[in-house]
Amino acid sequence: MPILSYLKALGRALGDELAADERVCVFGEDIRVGVANVTNGLLKRFGPDRVVDMPISEQAFTSFATGAALAGRRPVLEFQIPSLLFLVFEQIANQAHKFPLMTGGQAAVPVTYLVPSSGSRTGWAGQHSDHPYSLFAHVGVKTVVPATPTDAYGLFRAAIQDDDPVVVFAPAAAMGVREDVDYATLVPVPLGVARVHRPGTDVTVVAVGHLVQTALSVAEELADEISVEVFDPRTLYPFDWTGLAASLDRTGRLVVIDDSNRSCGIGAEVLATAAEQMRLVAPPKRVTRPDGAVLPFALALDQALQPSRDQLLTAVRAVAKGG
Amino acid sequence: MPDAVALYRTIRLIRRFEERAIELVRSGDIVGGVHPYLGQEAIATGVCAALRPDDVITSTHRGHGHVLAKGADPARMMAELAGRVTGLNRGRGGSMHAADFSLGILGANAIVGAAGAIACGAAWAGMLAGSDRVAVTFFGDGAVNQGVLLEAMNLAALRRLPVLFVCENNGYATTMPTAGAVAGTITGRAAAFGIPASTVDGMDVSVVLDAAREAVERARAGAGPTMLECLTYRFDAHHTFEHRVRLRYRDDADVAAGRSRDPMQIQGARLDPDERTRIDVAVETVLDEAVRFALASDHPDPAGALDHLYASGLRARPGVA
Repeated sequence: MPILSYLKALGRALGDELAADERVCVFGEDIRVGVANVTNGLLKRFGPDRVVDMPISEQAFTSFATGAALAGRRPVLEFQIPSLLFLVFEQIANQAHKFPLMTGGQAAVPVTYLVPSSGSRTGWAGQHSDHPYSLFAHVGVKTVVPATPTDAYGLFRAAIQDDDPVVVFAPAAAMGVREDVDYATLVPVPLGVARVHRPGTDVTVVAVGHLVQTALSVAEELADEISVEVFDPRTLYPFDWTGLAASLDRTGRLVVIDDSNRSCGIGAEVLATAAEQMRLVAPPKRVTRPDGAVLPFALALDQALQPSRDQLLTAVRAVAKGG
Repeated sequence: MPDAVALYRTIRLIRRFEERAIELVRSGDIVGGVHPYLGQEAIATGVCAALRPDDVITSTHRGHGHVLAKGADPARMMAELAGRVTGLNRGRGGSMHAADFSLGILGANAIVGAAGAIACGAAWAGMLAGSDRVAVTFFGDGAVNQGVLLEAMNLAALRRLPVLFVCENNGYATTMPTAGAVAGTITGRAAAFGIPASTVDGMDVSVVLDAAREAVERARAGAGPTMLECLTYRFDAHHTFEHRVRLRYRDDADVAAGRSRDPMQIQGARLDPDERTRIDVAVETVLDEAVRFALASDHPDPAGALDHLYASGLRARPGVA
């Protein structure tokens, strides 16, 4: 079977949506040449009226997409750098997201915001290494963080088909994941439905994005002593709380690994909701970036602030013994 | 195209709508207050008179005039200000977000300068769909120092979008005099992007209409955006909170000078006095009914406070579990 890389999955999803629905269009910087390696070939296939290269004016082209959406288009925006989402937070959180409610249901803003290299890319330092998915979950913008090429394809397509704004984070650290898949089997993956990558009975590890691979590796290493269930929410907002409750009914123990800063990160929300409403037989733990993290440049410093495999291993062992 | 009578009627409607809205703020029927459009009526009236029903507009926090001039029902507009279910936005938007998509009113917007790029996107979508419809974005002098609006002008010029940038220069950004905030000129900003721009008398609706017609024709013909800077004066407060908290940023002489030219009187003087009286009476009847309708309408059910949050129908988790 052919090998599907993560970036190829994103490009394929975008091409398939452009082909399936003429309302879909793409805005971004350098997308005509595919600098981010997602939009390659799309200009030639669909032309400059649907694949629109933009000047470096992120705030304007983000609201430009809102206006186009209000007029019936379904734009997809590509941001080369995750921190650009801070720049356009007003345009997404305060404009696009609020139109349906503020207009009393007159408006829909079906725009998809793709960050095809989120989180640390190692060596890109303070202003290119953020992973701000929790911010969007906090304000209630639909947020997906696919962990695998198949899910990247499926969730990206579902995001474009959705009638609300959706932010798609494609973690840089997941770009190396490849799958053998029959392309004919690739389908949209509904938003808000989690995926259990590995069933287990002792501890549930909720892992976000690229950290799913870390969790699978830890689960494998601990296989002889602890049965770990690896739970990938895939969509952080809306979160699959029903799926998580079912997993905790099996295990009663919870560890979250989340590449957010600690305060108000999605990991905090998962722990809070589980503590309020779900079955826990031991105090849960989370492994995150530190509070207020700014990733330093030097490689060892950059890595020191990201949630690590060793931290997860230690946390799983502690939670397995707790209670 | 509307005649002198119709133009006067719209100006009068906006003027009296605003005065009635201020009364309802004082009586407590409108909570949160309003940003009165008093004194600026000729701009919305003249620009919207140059538009077709399928043209679109974006408006501002001081937006009642634009929404009414584009054809919104005054009764449903007043109901929106009063937060009632019969309002344009079902009571979910209020004064600063009034919208009627069926009339091309893509919403008033409460962030200064934010709507320009939205108008550009709507204009682009219309252009690509083969329509010759035009988008108008209204904004004040305070918006011309917002980066996103300047970025939007660049995009509009670059792609020759059918957009009309209408700056209502009323002399003050909240309390900041234009001279204290704007380096260079407002039209100079447009000129920097190669956008034709002119400064016109925003107190004379016939002047505004002529300028807007020319710009709209240009946009429809595919010749791209235009900026109009309309000189006007804000007769009343930035916001009705000033009626309670007196802010000293313009003295009585300034206000008197600013109010010496009144767009309603300028256009009214062009009408036969009897006809003018008939219009005034008719407008009053419309607004009596608007206020009656608004205050007789139901308040929204708090159980539906999160309705319409998601176009897809997703329901948000409640605040308590």
